[in-house]
Amino acid sequence: MKKVLHWAALATLTAIPTAGIARDLTVVSWGGIFQDAQRTVFFDPFKAESGLPLAEDSWDGGVGALRSKAEGGDANTWDVIEVEGDELAIGCEEGFLQVLDPAKLGGIEKYLPGTASDCGIPANIYSMVMAYDTKVFTDGPKNWADFWDLKKFPGKRAMRQGPKMNLEFALMADGVPQADVYKVLATPEGVDRAFAKLDELKPSIVWWTSGNQPMQLLGSGEVAMTTTYHTRVGNSNKTDGTQFKLTYDGSMFLVDSWVVMKDSPHLDNAYKLLEFMSRPAVQVKWPEQLGGGVGVTEAQTMLDPALAESLPSAPENVAVSLPLDVPFWIANIDALNTRFAAWSGN
Amino acid sequence: MDSQYLWRLAIKICGALVLFFLIAPILAIIPLSFNSSSILSYPLEGFSTEWYAKLFVDDRWWNAIRNSLIVAAATVAIATPLGTFAAVGLSKVTFRGKPLVVAALMSPMIVPTIITAVGIYFMFSKLGLANSLTGLVLAHVALAVPFVVITVSASVAQLDPVLLRAASSLGAGAVTSFRVVTLPLILPGVISGAIFAFTTSFDEVVVAVLLTGPEQRTLPRELLSGTRENLDPSVMAIATLLVLFSTALLLVFNAIQNRSRKLRD
Amino acid sequence: MILPVVIYLFAVFFVPIGGMLGLAVRDDELAEVMPLTVTEIAKWDGAGLPGPTAFEAVARDLTTAANARTAGTPARRLSYDDPALRGVISTTARGLKGEFAEGTDWTTRLPELDPAWGQPAVWTAIDRAAGPYSDFFVLAALDLRRDAAGSLHFAPDESRLYLDVLARTLKIAASVTAICLILALPAAYLLKSVSTGTQGLLMIVLLLPLWTSLLVRSAAWMVILQKNGIINNVLLKIGIIDAPLELVFNRTGVLIALSHILLPYAVLPVLGAMRNVSATQTLAASSLGAGPVRTFFSVYLPQIVPGISAAGLLVFILALGYYITPLLLGGPGDQLLPFYIAFNTTQTVNWGLAAALGSILLLATLLLYGVYVKLVGADRIGLG
Repeated sequence: MKKVLHWAALATLTAIPTAGIARDLTVVSWGGIFQDAQRTVFFDPFKAESGLPLAEDSWDGGVGALRSKAEGGDANTWDVIEVEGDELAIGCEEGFLQVLDPAKLGGIEKYLPGTASDCGIPANIYSMVMAYDTKVFTDGPKNWADFWDLKKFPGKRAMRQGPKMNLEFALMADGVPQADVYKVLATPEGVDRAFAKLDELKPSIVWWTSGNQPMQLLGSGEVAMTTTYHTRVGNSNKTDGTQFKLTYDGSMFLVDSWVVMKDSPHLDNAYKLLEFMSRPAVQVKWPEQLGGGVGVTEAQTMLDPALAESLPSAPENVAVSLPLDVPFWIANIDALNTRFAAWSGN
Repeated sequence: MDSQYLWRLAIKICGALVLFFLIAPILAIIPLSFNSSSILSYPLEGFSTEWYAKLFVDDRWWNAIRNSLIVAAATVAIATPLGTFAAVGLSKVTFRGKPLVVAALMSPMIVPTIITAVGIYFMFSKLGLANSLTGLVLAHVALAVPFVVITVSASVAQLDPVLLRAASSLGAGAVTSFRVVTLPLILPGVISGAIFAFTTSFDEVVVAVLLTGPEQRTLPRELLSGTRENLDPSVMAIATLLVLFSTALLLVFNAIQNRSRKLRD
Repeated sequence: MILPVVIYLFAVFFVPIGGMLGLAVRDDELAEVMPLTVTEIAKWDGAGLPGPTAFEAVARDLTTAANARTAGTPARRLSYDDPALRGVISTTARGLKGEFAEGTDWTTRLPELDPAWGQPAVWTAIDRAAGPYSDFFVLAALDLRRDAAGSLHFAPDESRLYLDVLARTLKIAASVTAICLILALPAAYLLKSVSTGTQGLLMIVLLLPLWTSLLVRSAAWMVILQKNGIINNVLLKIGIIDAPLELVFNRTGVLIALSHILLPYAVLPVLGAMRNVSATQTLAASSLGAGPVRTFFSVYLPQIVPGISAAGLLVFILALGYYITPLLLGGPGDQLLPFYIAFNTTQTVNWGLAAALGSILLLATLLLYGVYVKLVGADRIGLG
């Protein structure tokens, strides 16, 4: 009887493809329509040109998620990942991201100043903005104080779960001038002040985690306003016929990077993918999809001027937005994450 | 009408409302999957099968269905014999501490899945079994085995020991008597157990969240992403298909149970 | 014949869970990257600052770590103790990268790199993290920590979380149990009192939710409870309310969906108990003039109490372990313990804390399971 059992088990086990052993190069991005657009511009053409198989996964960010992948050893299935600025810097410092060889990627000078670094090349230039439905508010919110004003603009608010950017927005809503936000936030009193301001709004906040949710929440009427990546707003208006509006005033200016996990078994192919994605002729197609900016200097000059003006990287938009202070977040992300978890869970 | 009658009627009406509460949410989503608008509410705007058409051309769902079927089939293939032997074995012996063994065998059903999932995740990451369907199957078998033991035990309890004694007095060995006498009689229980094992694996999402990579995404895992990120009518369409599937399984299960009950009577 | 399943569950269920329990008390991450420091700190008496050999050990360890890009591990482990220490280790490691400078006076050099080395706090944290075993994670799961002298204190208010989570988990489980029992009584009564044919049909109604994917049920509730969802739409249309109710992403949503999911587990044991109640007794009571309410409470209820308690216990145990449903239907303040176990496993990668939280949940479950087994008998588990 045991023999029967033994064979049954063996037969089923051998019948299962052991995917852990020979997995394909895997690229990880932020899911939803954002990743759909990347598939159109980058992933599918890469597959067609190189003939290499390319698997995809998506994530919602967080240094922790990267660490657990790195520490999972064999469990790591990620190779090329789109990360935010602080994840790039911490990952590079902690050594779980591959230090890239610029020579294989066209040299540092190929990219906009400050966008390429030891471990990453620019993937997307974008903004975290506030958005609302013009069908709900014809004269919508203009700044973060309005976002916090539940009397003038009743209804729930959706914000991205976690302290990053929300603390900045809270300080701006509390009257801190844009230029002083990080000066205030660097002090313990400033952090307390930001949390106190968030406290005011807390009962009305719905937290989102993945980039698709804000438009979903806004579209269903669940919330009256939301923070969102600027790219999602135009897309929703285009494909779902919504009449959402965003404002760049007080928005956060961000650069995401492509990185490669250290010890990736597909390092050579990962370089091939990065090299392909950073070709100006490929890059120039990116802003047409969702309105995200490009990090390759030559591609920037090839853009249609009208399109270039609507990007977060347009000078008038840059002027009213605040760049994410990466060093601040590296130094404080763990402490503030812990505090945020305790604050939001209580 | 006396008060006794009214009182009973009131309770029954409450009971009917409770049963309505149980079934209504599941039925409510079905019409929405045929709605021509993407807004998930009533009244419906018009009939459309476009969301189903969307499903059929989406590789993501097909891969997920394929993975789920592979994992569930393998789980059934391992858990059913394991659980059946255990149930038959348990019926034959009595020993001190047997209740403890039974309680231990049942514990995967009781211990929160997140604990099983995290424990297995910590161990399998070291063994290289995370992110493989094999790892997922091994975990699902542990979760499914108690259900097989329970259903088969129920059948075994109905066995007439006289039959087994007759078999052995006619010279049948243990293996032969199991094959010829016991197995046919407990078969309904074994099949029911297999169905339970199948649904346990087919619906499981917590272990799948921790243990699967992009190539091993199962249907519940894909549904979780769909529900969180993009709750649109195509999610309702896949949900409708799942409801139909589980209704069919339940009816088959019920038919087997009824038939074996009739045979016994 | 029982052996294969015992061996299987031992290997794939009990060993992993045992391993998890082990992780809750194992604390060797710091020692892996800073072995010299750990040896030296053991010689420290805890008063003032440790001697120069400890300073040198830190310098050597962190130089090695900086060059191998492994300083992230001690930085993270110490940040569990005090988030500020992550910066101390990173800054120091950056300063030490390259050749190890022999003959340096590290007692002055380290505080130059980061003034924290001149204070006892970082040293006591290293001492606490020296391992290989410690109660650090278990204490952290209870919002407790040890100070330098070894006595226990509550964590500062702004980082206190897990006692609340534990209380919330118990509270939600208790509420769901109460709701389920109240709803189960009439449902079971109806099922018991209808004809066999109708009962077959109603049983399918009762069981279908159990057979339907948990995600389908959770998604269905999202659709129903949303601000523009079915319930709000209907109530607005018939004019009962004039502003949509907040039914989802809060406690209400979690309670409704969890009660719906666990209700069949409550109905079945109650139904089993009701079937065993003798009709003659209730008839006798009412013929003796007892009113329906009194008959129910004095005659009927006592006979089904065992069934009700089994049902309640089962629902309570199961409710403790739900992860996906609160995730989809609740807000951050409505997540149960399982959420934080998963969160610390995959998001913060604090496996020690995840394991400690898991151990607490496991302990609570097993205690209640023990009571349940005593109550219904081991051979009747799940058969109700």
